[in-house]
Amino acid sequence: MTDAPTAPPPTNPASAAPGDPLVVLKGVNKHFGSLHVLRDIDLTVARNEVVVLIGPSGSGKSTLCRTVNRLESIETGSITLDGEPLPAEGRALARLRAEVGMVFQSFNLFSHKTVLDNITLAPTKVRKLGRAEAERRARELLGRVGLTEHAHKFPAQLSGGQQQRVAIARSLAMDPKVMLFDEPTSALDPEMINEVLEVMRSLAADGMTMIVVTHEMGFARSAANRVVFMADGQIVEARPPAEFFASPESDRARDFLSKILHH
Amino acid sequence: MNVLTENWDTYWEGFLGTVKLTAVSAVLALLLGVFVAACRVSPVKPMRVFGGVWVNILRNTPLTLLFFAVVLGLPRFGVVLPFFTFAVLALGCYTSAFVCEAVRAGINTVPTGQGEAARSLGMTFGQTLGLIVLPQAFRSVIPPLGSTMIALAKNSAIAGAFSVVELLGTYRTLSELGFNIVWTFVWIAVGYLIITLSISLVFGLMEKHWEVAR
Ligand SMILES: Nc1ncnc2c1ncn2[C@@H]1O[C@H](COP(=O)(O)OP(=O)(O)O)[C@@H](O)[C@H]1O
Ligand SMILES: [Mg+2]
Repeated sequence: MTDAPTAPPPTNPASAAPGDPLVVLKGVNKHFGSLHVLRDIDLTVARNEVVVLIGPSGSGKSTLCRTVNRLESIETGSITLDGEPLPAEGRALARLRAEVGMVFQSFNLFSHKTVLDNITLAPTKVRKLGRAEAERRARELLGRVGLTEHAHKFPAQLSGGQQQRVAIARSLAMDPKVMLFDEPTSALDPEMINEVLEVMRSLAADGMTMIVVTHEMGFARSAANRVVFMADGQIVEARPPAEFFASPESDRARDFLSKILHH
Repeated sequence: MNVLTENWDTYWEGFLGTVKLTAVSAVLALLLGVFVAACRVSPVKPMRVFGGVWVNILRNTPLTLLFFAVVLGLPRFGVVLPFFTFAVLALGCYTSAFVCEAVRAGINTVPTGQGEAARSLGMTFGQTLGLIVLPQAFRSVIPPLGSTMIALAKNSAIAGAFSVVELLGTYRTLSELGFNIVWTFVWIAVGYLIITLSISLVFGLMEKHWEVAR
């Protein structure tokens, strides 16, 4: 049901060992009108941990993910990042968001900027990094996601998989403490899914703290320290992937798995 | 025909008056309009309320009434300015409401994900708007802004009734001098056409320019 911050889950061989609590949600509640989308959410994500959020459509996964950088506000409960509560608005919030990377289903690359400018914009404007240094970093990151030759293209000239890799590089350029992924491969053609998952796997292996909403169970098995199963705005199960997939405890999870694993 | 040649100076002075009034009011309207649009999409509630009130009052008040309010009202509070400045205030504020709504419509054409991506990278509201949203809204805002500026040029004629030298007001001088009223107005109309068609041309060129750029 809930997780124990004092006892980090077993290490997945594909990731670095989880450390102290980094993202802590306590008693989080949120409504959209009369719809109770998040119900008493308690979740602790440890440093270096990879948490995969799964659950039926509409269960509140995206909303939960977005509360962590306050793209969605919450009504009750608390969220802390590295011990600091999320500020409500203004510059303090902006500063905090710079520490939290977010990768969206629809990429959301800045369509009026080149790939290179997409990556250098926030480091130069938010972190006040020099242009040359920001570009050097950007090229390094482009190399890391395998897109060195595309630096001067506009997003519309890239495939979906390439755009998503640029989006990951753009987030990484801010040296985030944690990265949020909201269904990063759901808008991709099947042949492009793996190139994005590969980048995410290598991030996990390098010890990036990640919260990933995905339907890619292969990724969950191989890269996650923990699978969090949500239904109707609640966390129903939170366990290491091997245990979860072998023997889900709840009927909801069993039912969900039988549906998605059979195609 | 000779109305124009014999009163060239009067026409020219009126024409320049209208151009100046339109240009200065346009600058005020654009600056104010973008600012109020920013207020209307701001995360701060009092700013949104201010933006909404500004637009709804100015857009729904007859411009002539606004002129009376400024010209007769402000001096009561000890604000005494040249008529030209009063006219610029009235025209600029009035037009800013329409500029604001054009800009806001443009902002709404930009997918929300663009702003969310910018904010999640740590950009402030101002940076998100100025670096990401407005540049992408810009192109779709050009045509409605063109129409708004043309309306401004025509609306500037009201200032003539408040002692500001402008094109339409020249008819009074000319008809007193006994010139043919039809020809007087024909040449005034030609003057307005020159101004409004120039605005159309400029905005048409801007639209083309930012279309081919990428
Ligand atoms: N901005 C919103 N306004 C109103 N309802 C919303 C909004 N965003 C999401 N919802 C609703 O909240 C519920 C949870 O949504 P979401 O977090 O996107 O679920 P998931 O990502 O698990 O599919 C859904 O029923 C959805 O329709
Ligand atoms: Mg979702």
